[in-house]
Amino acid sequence: MPSDARAPLGLKLAAFGGLAFLLAPIALIFLYAFSTEEKSFQWPPPGFTLKWIGVTLERTDLWEALVLSLKVAAISTALALVLGTLTAAAVARSRFFGRETISLLVILPIALPGIITGISLRSAFSLLDIPFSTWTIVLGHATFCIVIVYNNAVARFRRTSGALIDAAMDLGADGLQTFRLVVLPNIATALLAGGMLAFALSFDEVIVTTFTAGNQATLPIWMLEELVRPRQRPVTNVVAMAVVLVTVLPILAAYYLTRDGEHTAGADR
Amino acid sequence: MTDAVTFRGVSRHFGSVKAVDAVDLSIRDGEFFAMLGPSGSGKTTCLRLIAGFEQPDAGHIAIFGEAAEGVPPYRRNVNTVFQSYALFPHMNVRDNVAFGLRVRGIGRAARHRAAEEALAQVELAGFGGRRAGELSGGQRQRVALARALINKPRVVLLDEPLGALDLKLREQMQEELRSLQRTLGLTFVFVTHDQDEALSMADRIAVFAEGRIRQVGSAEDIYRRPSSRFVADFVGSSNVLPADLAGAGPAGRWASLRPEDVLLDPAGREATVTARAFHGRVTKLTLDFGGQALIALVPAREAVPEPGATARISWDPARVHVMEPGA
Repeated sequence: MPSDARAPLGLKLAAFGGLAFLLAPIALIFLYAFSTEEKSFQWPPPGFTLKWIGVTLERTDLWEALVLSLKVAAISTALALVLGTLTAAAVARSRFFGRETISLLVILPIALPGIITGISLRSAFSLLDIPFSTWTIVLGHATFCIVIVYNNAVARFRRTSGALIDAAMDLGADGLQTFRLVVLPNIATALLAGGMLAFALSFDEVIVTTFTAGNQATLPIWMLEELVRPRQRPVTNVVAMAVVLVTVLPILAAYYLTRDGEHTAGADR
Repeated sequence: MTDAVTFRGVSRHFGSVKAVDAVDLSIRDGEFFAMLGPSGSGKTTCLRLIAGFEQPDAGHIAIFGEAAEGVPPYRRNVNTVFQSYALFPHMNVRDNVAFGLRVRGIGRAARHRAAEEALAQVELAGFGGRRAGELSGGQRQRVALARALINKPRVVLLDEPLGALDLKLREQMQEELRSLQRTLGLTFVFVTHDQDEALSMADRIAVFAEGRIRQVGSAEDIYRRPSSRFVADFVGSSNVLPADLAGAGPAGRWASLRPEDVLLDPAGREATVTARAFHGRVTKLTLDFGGQALIALVPAREAVPEPGATARISWDPARVHVMEPGA
């Protein structure tokens, strides 16, 4: 419970110290996006300029990487929304042999190090003679996107009373109407939150992507390659800044969407 | 006249649990029928079989003469008031009530008008714009009722609808449900574990135990003439004693004797008072009658012996109900 007493000075300092430790590197990235020095990170920056934003906009390799990243994130998220919701519905709604095992196995990909997922997918692809393409990246990303959606959906399903579905059926709604009018409105915010998180995770994924991408570069891979070349360094920082701004917003939204709805829908007792 | 609901040899097993076991049942058109039993006795499963949420493993169910096996819940002219009401949390009261019409493709204006009428019927006119979460337990119960009635079902199923209400509200709702059922002339099937509720509301009662029906009859039948020790005991904590000890039948048969029929009588037989509890209008005496425990409810105005003292008791042998052999 929050108390009215003011925090002691030491605690305040510790909190600010912690925040600074977490956020100062990100602030530095913002700062160096405007530096006039292009080969190294010099402190303090010798001067400030906006020209890197223009340079960034003209780099076609960057735009290709960005489009690929967005495409992969969108397709993996869509795939995860369908498969994750179906799995969650099965695990939360029905009892069958091996249910607990399945719910553990579904979560496993996110518990395993990404490098394991990457290696296993890569060997699977080469065993089956599947050439690397956008689709192999999508498959790699879908493994953890499904988990994110599943976790969100299964929690909401468990909080939504099964009697609601019975009630809809009882009142004359067939399976499709029940899903559209009762199930979907009750899980929609959970799916939106899960989908946003999955999208954000896919968008900045490096490890699994390096194993499944062939010679295509998603945005994070492009940035990694760009950093080792001492040419137009601030461009990477401009991109990083854009990515921070674009990904923070959906995550904040997801946080606010799932914060409500702590109560169990439809179980009033 | 066709019966509203007929069960013939209906069984529903969950693994090794026989939730409903070879049940035969006829519910008449227009009656208020109660399914009474302890929890786990199969009464709710029977209700779900009528609603269509469960399918029988064996036997036949007919609703107004039509076979119900394989017919999904949304194609049955039967509606349910759920135990926890199951109101849709993302809709307001009006949309909850109108849901049954919406899925049938009735236009917005027409279904809103019908919903307001249904709400007026349960004395909730003007509550249409509220959310279910803003209502009290009793109001939610009325909304659930209005929602179940909007499709004009021929059978209304009520799954312990009053269980979540406090005593006073419960008594009020009992009367309202009864009068609503009479006015509409519908068949109400009511599941409860509360024997007083069943006795005061139902035209007929089926007493369930362990997946089977032990007795079907009017409230009077069930209360005065229980067919078995279980029914006698479950419906109103009756005294069950050997018939010969009760002075009303041959040895080897069981008899039931209602606690309120045991009278204090100076010319009666001796019994030892083992406990005494004051209950307002009556005093409950626990007696030891020749090794047989006996409960007596004595009007509070009478002088009552102390625990440990000897009481003299008698009863009218006509009040003793002797059960069939083996019951």
